[in-house]
Amino acid sequence: MESLSNYLIISSTLFSLGLFGVVTRRNGVAVLMGVELILNAANLNFLAFARFGGMNMSGHVYALFVIVLAAAEAAVALAIIINIFNNFNTINIDDVSEMKL
Amino acid sequence: MMAGNFITNACLLILFLPLCAFLINIFFGKRLPRQGDWISIIAIVTTLILSLSLFIGMLSSWNYKFSHEIYFSWIDLGAFKIDLGFWVDNITIVMLLVVSLISTMTHIFSLEYMKGDIRYNRYYAYLGLFTFSMNGIVLANNLMSLYIFWELVGVSSYLLIGHWFEKHSAADASKKAFLTNRVGDIGFFIGIMLMFTAIGSFNFQEIFTGVSNGMISGSLLTFAGLGLFMGAVGKSSQFPLHIWLPDAMEGPTPVSALMHAATMVAAGVYLTVRLFPVFTPDALLVIAYIGGFTAIFAATIAITQNDIKKVLAYSTVSQLGYMILAVGVGNYTAAFFHLLTHAMFKACLFYGSGSVIHAMHHSLHELHDHDTDPQDMRNMGGFKGKMPITSLTMTIATLAIAGVPFFSGFLSKDAILAGTLYFVDHHPEHWVLAFFGFGAAAITAFYMFRLIFLTFYGTPKMPKVFEGIHESPKVMTYPLIVLAALSFFIFYTLPYFNPFADYGWFTKLIKAINSAVPGNPTAKEIYDGVHDAHYIAMALSLLVASFGIGLSFLMYFKNKLSPENWAKRFGVLYKLSNNKYYFDENYNRFLYQPFLRLCNAVAYIDWDLYDKYFINGFGYIAKLLSKITGRLDYEGLDQTLVDGFGRTANSAGKNLKTVQTGRLQNYMLFALIGVIIILVFQIT
Repeated sequence: MESLSNYLIISSTLFSLGLFGVVTRRNGVAVLMGVELILNAANLNFLAFARFGGMNMSGHVYALFVIVLAAAEAAVALAIIINIFNNFNTINIDDVSEMKL
Repeated sequence: MMAGNFITNACLLILFLPLCAFLINIFFGKRLPRQGDWISIIAIVTTLILSLSLFIGMLSSWNYKFSHEIYFSWIDLGAFKIDLGFWVDNITIVMLLVVSLISTMTHIFSLEYMKGDIRYNRYYAYLGLFTFSMNGIVLANNLMSLYIFWELVGVSSYLLIGHWFEKHSAADASKKAFLTNRVGDIGFFIGIMLMFTAIGSFNFQEIFTGVSNGMISGSLLTFAGLGLFMGAVGKSSQFPLHIWLPDAMEGPTPVSALMHAATMVAAGVYLTVRLFPVFTPDALLVIAYIGGFTAIFAATIAITQNDIKKVLAYSTVSQLGYMILAVGVGNYTAAFFHLLTHAMFKACLFYGSGSVIHAMHHSLHELHDHDTDPQDMRNMGGFKGKMPITSLTMTIATLAIAGVPFFSGFLSKDAILAGTLYFVDHHPEHWVLAFFGFGAAAITAFYMFRLIFLTFYGTPKMPKVFEGIHESPKVMTYPLIVLAALSFFIFYTLPYFNPFADYGWFTKLIKAINSAVPGNPTAKEIYDGVHDAHYIAMALSLLVASFGIGLSFLMYFKNKLSPENWAKRFGVLYKLSNNKYYFDENYNRFLYQPFLRLCNAVAYIDWDLYDKYFINGFGYIAKLLSKITGRLDYEGLDQTLVDGFGRTANSAGKNLKTVQTGRLQNYMLFALIGVIIILVFQIT
């Protein structure tokens, strides 16, 4: 069963789950987790194409970059969420609508 | 021979210096020391010096054909061309001298007479304006600029008569003078335009040439000439437009002397003298009759007047009639000669009357009497001892106006009467002209001596006032002395000394030119005819003058004949004369009132009918239309279309606003949906 389509099905499922989390969750941390899922779905795609699609080593390199980027993103986003909590006493992003007219 | 350049520059200065004085005084006079009277004096004395030098130049060149013309183009439209300029000949030079001399005397006399007046600077400014415009008339070489200056003279006359406009009578008199002059000026303008239409030029010389070439002739030329003469009738106050001049005496007395006796009213005579060549025999006959009738008619009014200035005013009207008569009978150089001599002795008489009024005024002022009329001769009498210089100079001028030998008036009056006799000799059916001439001479002698006897001789009628009478100061008596001296014959007959003939520089240097109209006698015929009639005219005029003086002497000096009894005996005539033949009343009843009624009727038609129904109807319709279009505009266009756009945008904005939820996830969802839509479209 080692075929490209299987990997792509798994990664698109993962992407859809992440997207669903991002769109539906009210909790900021949960939204962040959704984003991580989307990034990992992209990673899985890179690696699948590296193995079967002829992307070769570039796919691995991109995957490593994405991992680094995800770590950085998580650090920044978590810092933002902590600040939101400090200022609003909640991490429900729907309540953080100060800038809405 | 004078250099042309000098003449041009002198004329320019003579013309514009008084204008400069006017401009300076009217704008800055109040702020200058002595209210700027010295500026006017300097300007006018310079003018006098320049005129004198021109006059001396004329005498030394001794050329009766002297003529100098300069002009510049004012309007040049190819075929239509108007030149303005000067025409200087001997007549111009003499007239310039008269104007600037009398004007100078007036300026000096007014220093004392107008002292302390509230509008002192304005008075001097207007004198400057008058001198400017009068010199303009004298220098003009064409009818156009002459007409402009003619009207300017009218304006300055209006301003000066109304100098004391707080007095209703003065304000009315100035309006009357202005409007009466307008009547004459309409005719004048028609005359100018007839000439221009026929000949195509305003220039005098070109008009003369045009007339002699027959470019305008027959009755049209008669009408054109009479139109031009109408201007003279208005300005020189001839019958029937004589009514304004006596009222003009409401102005300050020096102004009366300058304008309403010596110079301005002579402008009409000057005009007829200048334009003599264009008058047809018919026109000249009308001129002669109007002049002659005015001469005797005004003289009969002067007999019964009691106001010293009114007597002189009617005397002026009468003397101007004399001059017009002389033009009418063709002896127009005599008219100009009388203009010259008359200017001197009449100005002297007016200054004399001004001096008397001044003295009366001061005396009454000290008595705190403000009800007695200082101009009424019935309040005077016996002033001879108190005012020796005024009395002597006025007597000399009176001798001159009465036509007594050795005085200037004798020469000029004689020339006019000789011309009239010559004319009557050739046209016996017009004998009445001679009657007018000699009759007026007798009456003039009578009423002038009446004035002298009533004012300076006899017993004082108001002893208290008489106590306070003093001779006027020197600035007032000097002009009197100068002008009285100029009333002697010698100044007009030089280099000859014959007091019984007008043979002298004047007749040598001022020669008549032939009329441009065929049918008129030539200048030589007139000259010879006048020469033949000279001695009989002299004898007759001496006779009538001595008759007038004698009658006056018996009535007012010896009191042998009682004026009251005579007045009673000729009751109707006396009343007619004393009331000036009811001219003002009749004009009022038959001219002004019907005219006012006509005006009222026209005003009714204009205001109550035309305006109310026609004009207002238009307004009503316009209002209605604008109401409808306003409705269409506001309710149709604005409310639906223009506001509709706004409303649409507004509601769209309101509805679209809801999309902007402020929720991040919603936006993300929209972005996702968008991506999905794009993908779907790309795939298909």
